[in-house]
Amino acid sequence: MGSILVFLTALLIIATWWLSRQGLMSKPWLEQGVAVDWLAARRAPSSAAKVGLGVFLAVVGSLFALFISAYAIRMQMPDWRALPLPKILWLNTGMLVLSSVALHGTRKAARRGEDEELRLGLLAAGVTALAFLSGQLLAWRQLTADGYLLASNSANAFFYVLTGIHGLHLLGGLIALGRTIARAWRGIAPERLQLSVELCATYWHFLLFVWLVLLSVLTGWAGDVIDICRQLLA
Amino acid sequence: MVDVPLGHIGPAHAADVDDVELYHPHSWVTKYVFSQDAKIIAIQYSATALTVGLIALVLSWLMRLQLGFPGVFSFIDANAYYQFITMHGMMMVVYVLTALFLGGFGNYLIPLMVGARDMVFPYVNMVSFWVYLLAVLILVASFFAPGGPTGAGWTLYPPQAILSGTPGGQDWGIILMLVSLIVFIIGFTMGGLNYVVTVLQARARGMTLMRMPLTVWGIFTASFMALLAFPALFVGSVMMLFDRTLGTSFFMPAIVEMGQTLDRSGGSPILFQHLFWFFGHPEVYIVALPAFGIVSDLISTHARRNIFGYRMMVWALLAIGALSFIVWAHHMYVSGMNPYFGFFFATTTLIIAIPTAIKVYNWVLTLWRGDIHLTVPMLFALAFIVTFVNGGLTGLFLGNVVVDVPLSDTMFVVAHFHMVMGVAPILVIFGAIYHWYPKITGRMLNDPLGKLHFWVTFLGAYAIFFPMHYLGLMGVPRRYHEIGEMAFVPASAHTLNAFITIVALIVGAVQLIFVFNLFWSLRYGRPSGGNPWRATTLEWQTPETPPPHGNWGAKLPVVYRWAYDYSVPGAVEDFLPQNQPSAQPASGTIHG
Repeated sequence: MGSILVFLTALLIIATWWLSRQGLMSKPWLEQGVAVDWLAARRAPSSAAKVGLGVFLAVVGSLFALFISAYAIRMQMPDWRALPLPKILWLNTGMLVLSSVALHGTRKAARRGEDEELRLGLLAAGVTALAFLSGQLLAWRQLTADGYLLASNSANAFFYVLTGIHGLHLLGGLIALGRTIARAWRGIAPERLQLSVELCATYWHFLLFVWLVLLSVLTGWAGDVIDICRQLLA
Repeated sequence: MVDVPLGHIGPAHAADVDDVELYHPHSWVTKYVFSQDAKIIAIQYSATALTVGLIALVLSWLMRLQLGFPGVFSFIDANAYYQFITMHGMMMVVYVLTALFLGGFGNYLIPLMVGARDMVFPYVNMVSFWVYLLAVLILVASFFAPGGPTGAGWTLYPPQAILSGTPGGQDWGIILMLVSLIVFIIGFTMGGLNYVVTVLQARARGMTLMRMPLTVWGIFTASFMALLAFPALFVGSVMMLFDRTLGTSFFMPAIVEMGQTLDRSGGSPILFQHLFWFFGHPEVYIVALPAFGIVSDLISTHARRNIFGYRMMVWALLAIGALSFIVWAHHMYVSGMNPYFGFFFATTTLIIAIPTAIKVYNWVLTLWRGDIHLTVPMLFALAFIVTFVNGGLTGLFLGNVVVDVPLSDTMFVVAHFHMVMGVAPILVIFGAIYHWYPKITGRMLNDPLGKLHFWVTFLGAYAIFFPMHYLGLMGVPRRYHEIGEMAFVPASAHTLNAFITIVALIVGAVQLIFVFNLFWSLRYGRPSGGNPWRATTLEWQTPETPPPHGNWGAKLPVVYRWAYDYSVPGAVEDFLPQNQPSAQPASGTIHG
């Protein structure tokens, strides 16, 4: 359960930092009138959608941290046989990086109000994300063809479950992206699309990060880190 | 008092903009069925959860009938008994308490108490309820599935949960249970995002975090915890579903069933226990923290006293929330663990008693020299304090490994957790319904019926669960369909069991009076006016009661003070609402 505890510690640090700026030491029974929230006034107001996405990412992060915890515990059992990762995963990773980069560029385009680049960027991000998902499916087919079936070993089962859950999250993101693309094509001004594009970009970067972590766990690079997490508990 | 000069009002917070885009229903269906109004959704959540609660109550009757009068009721065989246990536990913990506190009270109270027009994502909020309803329907459907519902115990421990010896293990029962949980968690996440983000983003002007009523603090903290803890149950459920349907071995060790070696190997049942309790322990506080918050407000209002140690109350809520994530393995002492491991979890378990004790002291000190009105909500709130202390103290016993190991499989544990997370939160739920019903309907609940309901429920709960502690100390095991003749169980234990059963039947029946009261008062209750309890918090200051869609009419409220200005010297009445600028409302002037 080490990785979930590490994740929660990180969240705790963020939450403590945030709470420390909320006047938790104030004495509300002594104060009347509309208290001026100077800190809130100085900061740019963030939209509910952005905060909502942030909280949602914390939930998704917790989900994957728990899966990795389960992976770390299960892989200690003697029947564990690590599976060879299909080469296509590297191509997929490249696609997801491209997708993320494309959305990052689109975000800038939306801010500058460049209509053409916005549409192009959104489309590029969508296509590369679809390429990633198809690549993942190809990886599944290749593994199945080579005899690494879901039920034959838990290492296989974890591979299918982890990639599957990650893929489902990306699929959900693609729905949001698809709606943004549709709105861009209907000729809605880039400024009004800025929020949607920013939300998509944040989500994409996060899913890319999750994928890189998953990849390092699946390839065993993260073995040392997992060992350290395990030490924390043992 | 320090008056903050009003001339210095800063730029408006994002949520201060008056003209929020409000969703407008166009037909009866979108207004009352597929409604996006948090208040309607709250009532939908509450009605569904209370219905599930009644089903779970009947299941507990059936269990008690078997324990009190073994062998008399032939339709309760061992399988049926385990199915009743499992469904009673899972329904009460997840589908009743969590849904009622967060989905019900959270939806109704958060927007009103922080001065918002609605939740920030109304559409997602609506979907959340319908997904919850779907989860309930899937769960209830398992009663009608071949083989009946699962009888794996509410903790669903593998490997037994998915083997043929357990009712529903190789039938539909366990599959429907797991699918229902997965659906519930998806629905809850949608709701939980709303509760958290509404508190963060949609507070009225002047409503700083430290001016929020403790009810909002409790629901807010609990929602955040639930968002982080439920994924553990999600992960466990998904993996067990794979084990059950696709033949994987996440949790299934090599196993021989009915003389046949199953095609599984290497899985770790302990892994499931870690995942389950990583959700399961925070879940206790997900239920408790909203109850803490609500009780603080009930006590303060009905004792006409400001809450003692408001800051400490907030800090304690946050500390309990954080600590509850590192105590989970105290549910697994009997599963076998490294002694240092057990020592660590025993220590954290005992540490969590400190912030909890702070809260209890502060409630008692709030009552000290208060002008206590023994209204029905107050009676329930006082009963909660006593009950929670009782249940909490036995928790201190069980937190120690050496005490837990002999007691873990006895009725003592049943008595402990029913006191602390069964009876105690339910008392708060009743208190809260009696308290806020006038705001929701515009009418008071009938008082004599309420008092009858309270006394029978309160005394009855003690008559049920106090003797159970003694049964446990005697060694009467839990989870047994029939105790039979055991050398260490005297005949008096059987008499006590019969007594408990009779009381349980009475207490259960009295809940029908409460249900009757809910419907009767809707029509014939005394009109309450907008603020019958003379309370300070914003929900009582709405221009109309019950509050219409949008809550506040033309203008959002502005908050000038904290939520606990009761018995204020020099005030016209003995309290100052949060949205009242100065102590003399008649003059109409504003300081500064």
